Amino acid sequence: MATETRPLLSRVADSLYWMARYMERAENVARLLEVNLHLQLDLPLDGNQWQPVIDTCGEAPLFRKLYGEATQESVIAFLAQDRDYSNSITSCLFAARENARSVRETISSETWEHVNGIYLKVLKQYAQPAEDLSPEVFRDLRLAGHMFQGITDATMSHNEAWHFVRLGRQMERADKTSRLLDVKYFMLLPSASGVGTPYDDLLWSAVLKSASGFEMYRQSRGKISPREVVGFLVADPDFPRSIRHSIARAADSLDVIREGAVCDSVRLLGELRQELDEMDVGQMINSGLHEFLDNLQLRLNTVSAGLQRDFFALRPQTQTQTQTQPVGGE
Amino acid sequence: MLPCFAVGAGFIVLFEAYQTDSFHDEMFNADGSVRPEASLLLETLQSLEEGHLQRSQRAAERMLLQMGITFNVYGEAAGTERIFPFDLIPRIVPAAEWERIERGLKQRIRALNFFIDDIYHDQKILKDKVIPEEVIRSAASYRPQVHGINPPGGVWCHITGTDLIRHGDGELYVLEDNLRVPSGVSYVLENRDLMKRTFPEVFEGLRVRPVDDYPSNLLDTLESLAPPHRGEKPVVVLLTPGMYNSAYFEHTFLAQKMGIPLVQGSDLIVEDGFVWMQTTKGPCKVDVIYRRIDDDFLDPDVFRADSLLGVRGIVAVYRRGNVTLANAPGNGVADDKVIYSYVPDMIRYYEGEDAIIPNVPTFLCWRDADRQHVLQNLDKLVVKAANESGGYGMLVGPHSTKAEQDDFADRIRENPRNYIAQPTLALSRVPTLIGDKLEGRHVDLRPYVLYGKNLQVLPGGLTRVALRKGSLVVNSSQGGGSKDTWVLAGGVNGH
Repeated sequence: MATETRPLLSRVADSLYWMARYMERAENVARLLEVNLHLQLDLPLDGNQWQPVIDTCGEAPLFRKLYGEATQESVIAFLAQDRDYSNSITSCLFAARENARSVRETISSETWEHVNGIYLKVLKQYAQPAEDLSPEVFRDLRLAGHMFQGITDATMSHNEAWHFVRLGRQMERADKTSRLLDVKYFMLLPSASGVGTPYDDLLWSAVLKSASGFEMYRQSRGKISPREVVGFLVADPDFPRSIRHSIARAADSLDVIREGAVCDSVRLLGELRQELDEMDVGQMINSGLHEFLDNLQLRLNTVSAGLQRDFFALRPQTQTQTQTQPVGGE
Repeated sequence: MLPCFAVGAGFIVLFEAYQTDSFHDEMFNADGSVRPEASLLLETLQSLEEGHLQRSQRAAERMLLQMGITFNVYGEAAGTERIFPFDLIPRIVPAAEWERIERGLKQRIRALNFFIDDIYHDQKILKDKVIPEEVIRSAASYRPQVHGINPPGGVWCHITGTDLIRHGDGELYVLEDNLRVPSGVSYVLENRDLMKRTFPEVFEGLRVRPVDDYPSNLLDTLESLAPPHRGEKPVVVLLTPGMYNSAYFEHTFLAQKMGIPLVQGSDLIVEDGFVWMQTTKGPCKVDVIYRRIDDDFLDPDVFRADSLLGVRGIVAVYRRGNVTLANAPGNGVADDKVIYSYVPDMIRYYEGEDAIIPNVPTFLCWRDADRQHVLQNLDKLVVKAANESGGYGMLVGPHSTKAEQDDFADRIRENPRNYIAQPTLALSRVPTLIGDKLEGRHVDLRPYVLYGKNLQVLPGGLTRVALRKGSLVVNSSQGGGSKDTWVLAGGVNGH
C-alpha cells in the first residue's frame, strides 16, 4: 500500500523549481568564467576570448550598452558581480536564496544552510574589484553547485518536492549546454570544414571543460573532433550534462510528479525526450546545429510555460464568496 | 568586587569589577555570594581558560548567520535581516520557583480564556460590574465580528507568551499577556541548540529540563482543535504573512519542525464552505490554521478590507466550525493594557482565587485621579499606549527628555483611554558578556503556554536581555538580545 504523501503547495513547487534553476544558472556562469580564465593563458594575445562568453549568455546588446568592450574585467564585473543584471552570479544566488528562504519548511535544513552560506560567502568574495578575483572563486562556486546537488539528493526524501528541484536543475542544465554549444560551434564553423588552426583542439577542449566533460569525452570518444564533441554534449545517453541526459532526467521527474495526469508540459517534454533518443547526430549537424539548438531552446521555454500553467499557477481569491455552490471537478 | 573568588585567571578577568549595583541579580545574592541554583554554572565558568567564553560567543554568532536565524526590521529596506544577538550566559530558574510560575500561568490563562469566551457571548462579567462596559467597548482590539462564535472546546487562547519580569523586591510580576500571535519560541529552541553546540561543558552536572518537545506538543494541540469528523490526521497548516514579516524565520522553523505546510494567504481559497490550499494536485481541504497574521489582516470581508495578506471568507468558514483558527480572532481584547489591569479581578471572578503571580501596579489615565498622578510624575513612570506592543508607543520616564514628556502629556490629555502608566521597574539582571567582561544587564522572561485539551507550560522560555548599558527595553527591534533559559528539574540542584 502506498503511503499517503503530503500535498505540495503550488507556490512551493514553483519556488523549488526556481531555486534549483538559479543555483544551476549561477554554477554555469562560473564554469564559463573559470574555463575562459584558464584558456586565455594559452591563447595568443590578440585573440579576444571574452566576447564569446557574453554571446553564450545571449546578452551582447545589453553588455555593449552598459560596458562597451568585452575585457576580462568588464565581463567578470557584468556576469559575476552586477546586481542590476538579473542573470549575474550574485543575482542568481540572491534569487536562489530568496526562493530557498520561501520554502525553508520544505527543503532540508542542510539545503537551506548551504544555499544561505554560499550566498553570504560569494557576496563577501565578489565585493572586491573584478581584476582581483582569482579563478579560485569560480572553482569554489562550481564545487558549491556540486554540493547543492549532493545535499538535496542526500538529505531530502525523493518525493514530489525533490522531483521539482531535479526538474528545475535539469531544465536549466539542458538550456545552458545548448547555449554553450551554439556559440562555440558558430565561432569554429570555418575550422570544422577543414581550415583548422593550432588552437582548435584547445578551444574544443575548453568547451568540454566548461561542461566538466573533458575526461569522460576522452574515455568514450577519444580524439577531439567537432562532430564528436557536438554528439557527446547533445546526445550522449550517459554523460550527466549532455542535453539528452538532462532532458531524460527532467522527463523522469515530471513523470513522477504528474502521476499519470495528462497535461501540456508532460506531453511536450516527452516528445523532446523521444526525439533526442532517436536522433542521428550527423544528419542534425548537416541540416544545421544552430537551427536545432535554437529550436530546442524555444521548446524548453514552452515546457517551462506549460509547467507554470499545469502546476504553479494560483487561482485568485474570488471577490464574492461561493459558500453554498459546490465546485465540481476536484 | 564579589567575595566568592578563589579561582582561575580567565574567570577573574571575566568577573573583574562585576557589580550587582543594588539590582536583583539572577546569579548573585545582594551580598555577592552565588545563588545556590547557579553555583555549578559558576564553577564551570571558573574553570574556563582565558578567552574561551569569547570564542564560544563568536562561534555562536557565526552559526546564527550561517543558519539564517535572523529577523527583519521594520522601517529598514525590505529584506534587511539581522541576527537576534545571543548571549551565552544562561538565566537559571530553580525548580521550586518554576513550579509556582507554572501554576500561576495556568491559573491566569484559564481566567483569560473564560473572560474572552464571556465577552463574546453573554458578557456576564460586565453585567456583574466587575469590569466597566465602556472599557470593553472602547478597546481598539475588541472584535464584535466574532461575537457568538464557539471555537472547539471553548478554547480561544491556544498559544500564549506571557511576559514576566522580576522587580527589585525579588518578586515576579506579569507585564503583558500576549494572547494574539506571540512570537519568540523558536529562539528558545534554537538558543538551547546553539548552547549545546558551542558551549556543551556548562550543562555538566545540571539537570536542565529539555525544551525540544515543544513542536510535537504544539502539533498535538493544533490537531486536537480540528473540526469533528476529520479523520485521524487532520490537515494543519501555518499561515504566514510572508518572507518580509519580522518573525518569518520562526514561521518556517515551526512549520519545518512540525512537518506541516507553511502557507500564505494567496495559497488558500474559500469555496463550498471550506478552506482549501492550492497544491500541484488541485485543491486540498484544510482543517486547522495556526495563523501568524494579525486579526486585522485575516479576512478582508470581515476585518480590514484592504488586506492582501489574508483569505477572503475565512472567518465565515470558521464561524460555521468548518475550520479552526489558532489563536482565535478576538483575543486581542484581553491584551489591551487597560483591560490587563483587571486580570486579577477576572481570576477572582471566574476561579474564586487570588492571582498567584501579581500584575504590575497600573494607573489608568481615563480615571481622573490616576491621570493627575501620571501627568505629575511623567519623569518617574513608564507610560504605554493601551494597544501597542513590541516596545513601540512607550515613554520610559527616567530615561526621557522634557520634550518627550510634554509630547506624551499632550497625547494623554487628548486620548486618556489609550494610555496607562506603571512604575519604572528595576528589572532584574543577569551577567552578560560585554566585550571581554561580564556585566549585569536587565532581562525579562517569556514562558509559552499551550491550551488544547489541557494547559501545558513549556519548561523554559525566552529570556530577553537589554544589551545597552542601563536600558530597560528588551525588544529585539530596539537593541535587545536573548539568552538560554534553564529551568532546573527538582532535586539536588533544583532549589
